[in-house]
Amino acid sequence: MRQLVILGIVFALIGLAPFVIASEFWLNLVIMTLYAALLGQAWNILGGFGGQFSFGHAAYFGTGAYTVAVLQVQLGVNPWLGLVAGGLMAVVVAAGIGFSTFRYGLRGSYFALVTLAFAEVLRILSNSVDFTGAGVGILIPLDQGAANFQFVSKQGFFWVIWLMALAAFTVVWWLGNSRFGAQLMAVRDNEDAARALGVSAFRVKMGAIMLSGLFSGLAGVFYAQYFLYLDPYIAYGPAISIESLLVPIIGGMGTLFGPLLGAVGLHLISELTRELIGDLPGISLVLYGILLVIMVLFMPRGLAGLVNRLRPKSAATGARHA
Amino acid sequence: MPDLAILIPSVLNGLTTGALYALVALGLTLIYGVLHIINFAHGALLMIGLYAVYFLNVQFGVDPYVSLLIVPPLMFALGYALQRGIITRAGHGRDENILLVTLGLSIVIENLSLFVFKSDTRVIDTPYSFEVVEILGAFLPLPKVIAFVGAFVTAGILWVLMSRTDLGKAIRALAKERKGAKLVGINTEHVYAMSFGLGIACLGVAACLLLPSYYVSPQVGHGFVLIAFTIVVLGGMGSFVGALIGGLIIGVVEALGGLFLGESLGQIGIFVIFILVLIFRPTGLLGHKV
Repeated sequence: MRQLVILGIVFALIGLAPFVIASEFWLNLVIMTLYAALLGQAWNILGGFGGQFSFGHAAYFGTGAYTVAVLQVQLGVNPWLGLVAGGLMAVVVAAGIGFSTFRYGLRGSYFALVTLAFAEVLRILSNSVDFTGAGVGILIPLDQGAANFQFVSKQGFFWVIWLMALAAFTVVWWLGNSRFGAQLMAVRDNEDAARALGVSAFRVKMGAIMLSGLFSGLAGVFYAQYFLYLDPYIAYGPAISIESLLVPIIGGMGTLFGPLLGAVGLHLISELTRELIGDLPGISLVLYGILLVIMVLFMPRGLAGLVNRLRPKSAATGARHA
Repeated sequence: MPDLAILIPSVLNGLTTGALYALVALGLTLIYGVLHIINFAHGALLMIGLYAVYFLNVQFGVDPYVSLLIVPPLMFALGYALQRGIITRAGHGRDENILLVTLGLSIVIENLSLFVFKSDTRVIDTPYSFEVVEILGAFLPLPKVIAFVGAFVTAGILWVLMSRTDLGKAIRALAKERKGAKLVGINTEHVYAMSFGLGIACLGVAACLLLPSYYVSPQVGHGFVLIAFTIVVLGGMGSFVGALIGGLIIGVVEALGGLFLGESLGQIGIFVIFILVLIFRPTGLLGHKV
């Protein structure tokens, strides 16, 4: 319960942002941080709580993004309906990938490589068929208005991403306090033992990958509406997959607040370097890579692990006790 | 169905490309077979090798085939240092951590080189770059034929090294039984790093044989990574012969895919094979139990 209260306070404080921040620049930064937290939390459900490291979360992100964009451009479907469709399509793709991998018991590095390959297949497909705009990409025509999910001010977008992130974080809180979540973590810590106790590892992992896919897909829908442009590399390329896993790894895998800490940390660091050394191409990715290596080398439990170390007797449920 | 006059050159071309893929995959399979880690930075390290060969040629006029004496030892040293300095420390007992660290390394290497070398595609100019050899009515570029032979020679050397030398014995012992190897006095840290270095040295060989018929750019390794993984998985993790056969199969699949489906969609065949093999036969064609 205490975590839920903290979660409520944190999101209420974040919710003050549009009232106290007048500058579009800073509000955009808050929006992008929430968006990164959503992406990271989605990965965290499967990777952090389920122990299944996906290298291809772009598969769900891109599906959500392309669904809303294609429905709008090709069929004139309202993007709010597209939001629902995008989320559902991402769940379907996640279920398909999950079914074909978990059914055959792929684990560890094998699972990581297969998810990467699935994302690549989708990237090549979206690059080859016409209705996604192929390699040219797809441009959502500008038609501003709340009914069109194209807000005139950034505040509208803020509330959408705030709600999406809140939903994802609430679901993860529920994971830490429910039977399903306990089973998921049992599978993560020792799959054979969990199965011996009667946990259906397959069903639990399917549930996790579908939840994870849902939130990645929603992040994709948000991205498409916020930037109004997609191409195969943006939607299904490796950058999204990397960001998805980097955020919880920096923040702390398998913890409720890890992805938020990670998203804030990542954005603070990349803004700082931009201030210090200017906007050089590729330099932010170099930094991401260095961060990834350093975190895995020295802080495998992330920032949340650091926080927990500072107050050793805390009741941080969900933190890994490996 | 296109007639044989198109099909045969396409298959032969695929075989030579496949041999190049096999060269890249040889290092990967060696590293997997011994250390049981998947080196995600393989493509990025190949790119470093290619730049080394490129600059040796452009700055000092060293022929890429002469670079065979220079680049592989350098790559070996790099691999040894990486394994001992970074990779081995990052495991914390989980395979995924190694995957993450090598992923991080590849991001750093690729983007640093993007920063230093810009995204230009560079080629070298050798007297034999455009020589062709006629085989079965197909005209194949001479550098690709040399690379084809080179892949088999490299695999042969590796095989001799693994089966006939003390180092090979130690490596095989370590791959089978880590504790036992330690008990009989094998310096495991050193032998692990030697294996990783050897795997990276293979990339040095691949770079020397590749550049005369290929190009180098900061993203060049990207295309090779998943292909090399596919080959290793297809051939069976840790199997040299498997890597050779897997490489040739993938090369032909890619060539035929390009012929029937077009350039952009042709690549999909590789990933489909990858996914199918991983799902249905993760031990590969010739691999042992994983």
